[in-house]
Amino acid sequence: MLEVRDLVVRYGPVVAVDGVTLSVPAGPAGLGLVGESGSGKTTIGRAIVRLTEPASGEVTVDGLNAFNAKRGDLKADRKSVQIVFQDPDSTLDPRMRVGPAITEALRAHAVVERSAWPARVTELLTAVGLQAEHADRLPHQLSGGQRQRVAIARALAVEPRLLVLDEPTSALDVTVQARVLELIAGLREERSLAYLLISHNLAVVEQLCEQVAVLYLGQVVEQGEAARVLTWPVHPYTRALRTAVPELSETLPAPATKRAEPPNPADPPPGCRFHPRCPLAVDRCRSERPLPREVGGRLVACHRAEDSLAETRG
Amino acid sequence: MLEVRDLGVWFGDRQVVAVDALDLDKSQTLGIVGETGSGKSMTAYAIAGLAPGMGARVEGSVKLDGQELIGLSDGALRDIRGRRIAMIFQAPISSLNPVFRVGDVFLRALRLHGASKADARERAAEAMRSVALSPDLLHRYPHQLSGGQAQRVAIAMAVALRADVLIADEPTSALDVTVQAEILDVLEKLRAEESLAMLFISHDLAVVSGICDTVAIMYDGEVVERGPVSETLHHPSHPYTRELLAAVPKLTTPEATDA
Repeated sequence: MLEVRDLVVRYGPVVAVDGVTLSVPAGPAGLGLVGESGSGKTTIGRAIVRLTEPASGEVTVDGLNAFNAKRGDLKADRKSVQIVFQDPDSTLDPRMRVGPAITEALRAHAVVERSAWPARVTELLTAVGLQAEHADRLPHQLSGGQRQRVAIARALAVEPRLLVLDEPTSALDVTVQARVLELIAGLREERSLAYLLISHNLAVVEQLCEQVAVLYLGQVVEQGEAARVLTWPVHPYTRALRTAVPELSETLPAPATKRAEPPNPADPPPGCRFHPRCPLAVDRCRSERPLPREVGGRLVACHRAEDSLAETRG
Repeated sequence: MLEVRDLGVWFGDRQVVAVDALDLDKSQTLGIVGETGSGKSMTAYAIAGLAPGMGARVEGSVKLDGQELIGLSDGALRDIRGRRIAMIFQAPISSLNPVFRVGDVFLRALRLHGASKADARERAAEAMRSVALSPDLLHRYPHQLSGGQAQRVAIAMAVALRADVLIADEPTSALDVTVQAEILDVLEKLRAEESLAMLFISHDLAVVSGICDTVAIMYDGEVVERGPVSETLHHPSHPYTRELLAAVPKLTTPEATDA
């Protein structure tokens, strides 16, 4: 239902997103976008909801091109794709009570008749695990987890085809996060939701997504089934990311990467962007950009993917 | 070496910390874990002597090698904080003055604690190497450092001052996971090589389980469970510890699927 083809987004001289191709099938379905600071994952999410203008590329939702749409169609696009941010406070007006905040979305997109608004607000609040009386609260009278639930309720108000969830639980305490993740998992089945989940937390992505794309400096380095890619990563960057995640059961493994100056997105390295930190890099990696190809049941952009796969299979 | 007993922190009538006991030895790392509002950071600030400056009233006892720190004068505390107890924060850039080069900050701190100019330069360079940074970075301004580099500089400062106790308040929470792994490596190495005792404040149970020897779980200002990491995090007994552990999203391990 969502197709992103060769998306390029520039901020001045910086190519934040450099030729990214992704797709999300009709719901219930989740695609996880993982990567570290500067990988471009948030920019991709913003481009999909048209908060950022891309330099080139194509984004289609249900076959309709999101960028060529006429001005009037923009509203229709916004109705089909909604975004939930990390910080719910950035989307909630501190002086507006929860009920009117949700009603505003219903009115703007003319989702239901005016007479049905109060009932719809109650229904949405219940759907996200809140009660009807929360409609009278101001944002500061709610906890962080409750505010994020309100942000989700408001996004759902327009019955979007696709949700972009940008680090929806990263600002929350772990017990609160667990309940919001449960909520998303529940809504996904009840409402046949399709979503793009942007997260730095690999375990959250594994829990909520069938598919995952791993980004490094604006490019997808590995893409495929989440269970496969995250458990058996092939690209040296995905492997480094995976081993760097501290786990409860074991002591911290040494990072597989070489220590190097952090990459500069304004002046990315030639060839493979990861080569300065890559333990497997050879001459070819320093000069020739690897294109995504299928290795070990997923797409990997790495000249040495076969060797890397052999290493992980140990 | 560090002994905390009946520590209470109050803001007006409201008590935010009520910790009965915490102990930390040389070369040991004690993790303090809790969620927002659990009092874990305020406990650290109280131990470092920073809480009164934030308008809090502190009761109880904090002893460093037998010396009572609670009730010491500001001057005496500042001396201990500079020399024996160092603190690093989640936002490393906040511990560096933006208008001074990194090296100048080192020199001022070391000179203040009685080092000669030549000695101070030597110790700054040595400290930078101990956290795997090039001494060349001493010529940079804080904004010319990445987040990971800035945090390593803050740690190097503690090394240069030869602190015995490092209080680290969420030192890796703002960093990317691969950078976090590098910082944790550096801390692990300092603990072994410099016999550094560390109080590691974190919301991340997995990080704590990797780097700490003992752990205290805080809830609503109190320590609800404490003990060796192996016992407390792998066989938790308090229902809150169990809830916290169950809430952590977990990745499938290759072993689990390979069988």
